[in-house]
Amino acid sequence: MTGIPFLSLAIWVPIVGGLLALASGSDRNASVARFVALLSALAGLAVSIPLYTGFDVSTSAMQFVESYQWIPRFNINYVLGVDGISVLFVLLNSFITVIVVVAGWEVIQQKVSQYMAAFLIMSGLINGIFSALDGVLFYVFFEASLIPLFIIIGVWGGANRVYAAIKFFLYTLAGSLLMLVALLYLFMESGGSFSILDWHQLKLDMDVQSLIFWAFLVSFAVKVPMFPVHTWLPDAHVEAPTGGSIVLAAIALKLGAYGFLRFSLPIAPDASQAFAPMMITLSLIAVIYIGFVALVQTDMKKLVAYSSISHMGFVTLGFFIFNPLGIEGALVQMISHGFVSGAMFACIGVLYDRMHSRQIADYGGVVNVMPKFAAFFMLFAMANSGLPATSGFVGEFMVVLGAVQFNFWVGFAAATTLIVGAAYTLWMYKRVVFGGITNKHVAELTDINNREFVFLAILAICVLAMGIYPFPITEVMHASVNDLLKHVAVSKL
Amino acid sequence: MNFVIPDFYPAAAELFVAAMSFVVLLSGTFMKDARNLVYTLTQITLFGAAAITLGTMDGQVNFTFSNMYVDDLMGDFLKLVTYFSVAVVLLYARGYMRDRKIETTEYYALAIYATLGMMVMISANHLLSLYMGLEMMSLSMYGMVALQRDSVKSTEAAMKYFVLGALASGLLLYGISMIYGGTGTLELSGIAQVIYHQTGNRTVLMFGLVFVVAGLAFKLGVVPFHMWIPDVYQGAPTSVTLFIASAPKLAAFAMAMRLLVNGLFELAEQWQSMLMFLGVLSIVLGNLAAIAQTNIKRMLGYSGISHMGFMLLGLMSGVVGGDRHFALNAYSSSMFYMVAYVLMSMASFGVILLLSRAGFDAEDLDDFKGLNKRSSWFAAVMAMVMFSMAGIPFFIGFFAKFSVLQAVVAAGYLWLAILAVVMSLIGAFYYLRVVKLMYFDEPTDSTPLTATADMRVLLSMNGVAVAALGLMPQALMSLCAYALLASL
Repeated sequence: MTGIPFLSLAIWVPIVGGLLALASGSDRNASVARFVALLSALAGLAVSIPLYTGFDVSTSAMQFVESYQWIPRFNINYVLGVDGISVLFVLLNSFITVIVVVAGWEVIQQKVSQYMAAFLIMSGLINGIFSALDGVLFYVFFEASLIPLFIIIGVWGGANRVYAAIKFFLYTLAGSLLMLVALLYLFMESGGSFSILDWHQLKLDMDVQSLIFWAFLVSFAVKVPMFPVHTWLPDAHVEAPTGGSIVLAAIALKLGAYGFLRFSLPIAPDASQAFAPMMITLSLIAVIYIGFVALVQTDMKKLVAYSSISHMGFVTLGFFIFNPLGIEGALVQMISHGFVSGAMFACIGVLYDRMHSRQIADYGGVVNVMPKFAAFFMLFAMANSGLPATSGFVGEFMVVLGAVQFNFWVGFAAATTLIVGAAYTLWMYKRVVFGGITNKHVAELTDINNREFVFLAILAICVLAMGIYPFPITEVMHASVNDLLKHVAVSKL
Repeated sequence: MNFVIPDFYPAAAELFVAAMSFVVLLSGTFMKDARNLVYTLTQITLFGAAAITLGTMDGQVNFTFSNMYVDDLMGDFLKLVTYFSVAVVLLYARGYMRDRKIETTEYYALAIYATLGMMVMISANHLLSLYMGLEMMSLSMYGMVALQRDSVKSTEAAMKYFVLGALASGLLLYGISMIYGGTGTLELSGIAQVIYHQTGNRTVLMFGLVFVVAGLAFKLGVVPFHMWIPDVYQGAPTSVTLFIASAPKLAAFAMAMRLLVNGLFELAEQWQSMLMFLGVLSIVLGNLAAIAQTNIKRMLGYSGISHMGFMLLGLMSGVVGGDRHFALNAYSSSMFYMVAYVLMSMASFGVILLLSRAGFDAEDLDDFKGLNKRSSWFAAVMAMVMFSMAGIPFFIGFFAKFSVLQAVVAAGYLWLAILAVVMSLIGAFYYLRVVKLMYFDEPTDSTPLTATADMRVLLSMNGVAVAALGLMPQALMSLCAYALLASL
């Protein structure tokens, strides 16, 4: 292991880059801001890659650990580290940041420096969330990451952006404030430690575990989002600019799910087992009911937003059936959803930039004028509906297998998503891309340019590679997931 | 009775400020246009006082003037923050006062007297010196509110402030008399002794405690003694509102510490429930009422009420069922909260002053519309302060809330912590609204900002401090804890 603090770099390089972009000032220097942003996003990705190449897959222990005192008065430390569960998300996040910067290149013409800075700062903060091993440090990153997204939705969003931004902020803040009380309570119970790993070993009574489980549940369920606290997501997605939607779907939704694995399951394993039936029920409702809700949407972004909720239902389902296939499948699904939903929003963004409409009814026959685009969109739509050989299939299949092991009917119910998912995605694709051109604006569309081609192609490669050969990803998480399951199986009463 | 010359050394800073106040008054009287001189003299007074306080600081608890006066580390720390905040406030206020032609000698003299009053409050060890300091501060501030003589709003605010303030002083004095009746002494450590030995009259003491807490609550501005806050905040010239919303809160905190902790600690279980009641009401009402405001000064007034309520929650969680284990932690958390609040309050009113100019007062929330387009840096400063007040990390306000909540949870009041966070969620809404106006809306007013360079620099530093102390809160936190440890 080298002495270079890669995790700290992955956090602070984008943040410093963001501040530099911000310093470039007004829109007269927009191109400076763009290049600074691209360079820092690439630098952020570059310092994240050693986390994967240097990762030791044989152990479930935390790696790349850095530890410094931060606020000794409350025994709060700046402790970073990644295991097989979190390392992939740091990579995914750094990667998506590059995509977002490229996707917003010409599209954003107003306050470019602030736009780029917001995304870079958020990227750093999110890397912090995934690598923090101190409760307060985690919370601080978790909360602070709301600010840039709030600004992004509110400043560069659509017509109803103010409502969406405030709803997003208050919903997620409502969840996380209860978590703060839970953190303080754990601090007391553990005799003055904020270390997450210490908390994993802490013995807790059942009623205490239940309280903590609920406090974390509220916070993470809002973030995932799980049914019935999902209503902020469609609003936020619809109003956010393309980059905001990509980050929201690809990264922000993973934070809640990650929280379940890092906090809820290991800290309150008995409560997690006890409430598992409820969690499974809520997940299935998300998978099936929200799937049908997606079917009736007339707005493309809303449709993909609902499909995200449905896919995240798969993730929580995978977590709470407590077997390795379920959890690994859920993790694969999270990564895959990061690429696929990001790509779906990027495609919708490409259309929206040209037509300024997200209504499915305004389109039709796009394939005639944008053949290259239609091909990419096709691939991502297939991945979204879980076609084999795309990344979407791997995760869903693993979770369904795990669910069948757990209970046949749960698995059966979950598997219906393969039909519903295909229905809403492909039906939307058909209405938008195929058919004759009915709208004269569609006839005037131009196909994707080189910039758009590049980032869609990169996403397409990721989706295909993960679908055909997912081993490099499952290999990394294997040890950590097994260890987590062993830990959860031991009662803490 | 033989006369002993008292030891002036522990009160050197107060004596210096008192002497300088005459210099300021006289130079204003004998010179034609003394504004610059008086301003400079006032700042010199504050810096001199800071130097003397630092120089005479020895970490010991020294009594003087027949135990009427105490000089300890907590007092020194609070005084230093007070000088600092008054100095910053005067700098912020200068342009505003000048534009409105109320930058008079009296303004600076009153500010010095108010500062002196606060210093006496902070160092009082006797109910009479405490009351003297309180009145000195309050009377000076009534005068400052009324400085804009031909403004109806201003004079109305001053009148309200004065009448209600006098009522509160009456309550406090009545409570003091009862405590005297119950214990036979006015000296705080003497009172503590008498109660400890159970020789005082408990019933009379309880009545006294209720009135004292009521008087204290008025000065802090917590519900249900908060009625003056919105009107005075709105009516007073913004520069004076800024003054009222910063340093006096520190003095009121010191008063609470002296009275309740130094004097009436044995009654902690009684005042604890009172503070809890006041705190909960303040947090609930302050946050709910702030939502309905369209005037930013009123909004910040209500937000201040809720912050004071939060601070009281920290103060009350020190003693649980007679166990004093958490006392130091709890008091230092509320002291940290107070210092953080003063810092944020200065910055928020500072931005309001920045937006005002001759003939125009930035008072309405709508005046903040599109500030990001007019000055993205100061919009960022205001946004940082708003997020900080809402308790979002990485800003100092988060760690202030964090440390108070930690004390509350440690004291076993889990429900109180949950209530407090739910209310901060409601609070977040109106702070976000300011951010929304600045960032999401188009400006209605495109006049360039006309603030002087020194104000811009200081305000920027103030904003940076809100963020920097949020990144590295350890030093200030342990300073608070250390100062209290050396004084209790």
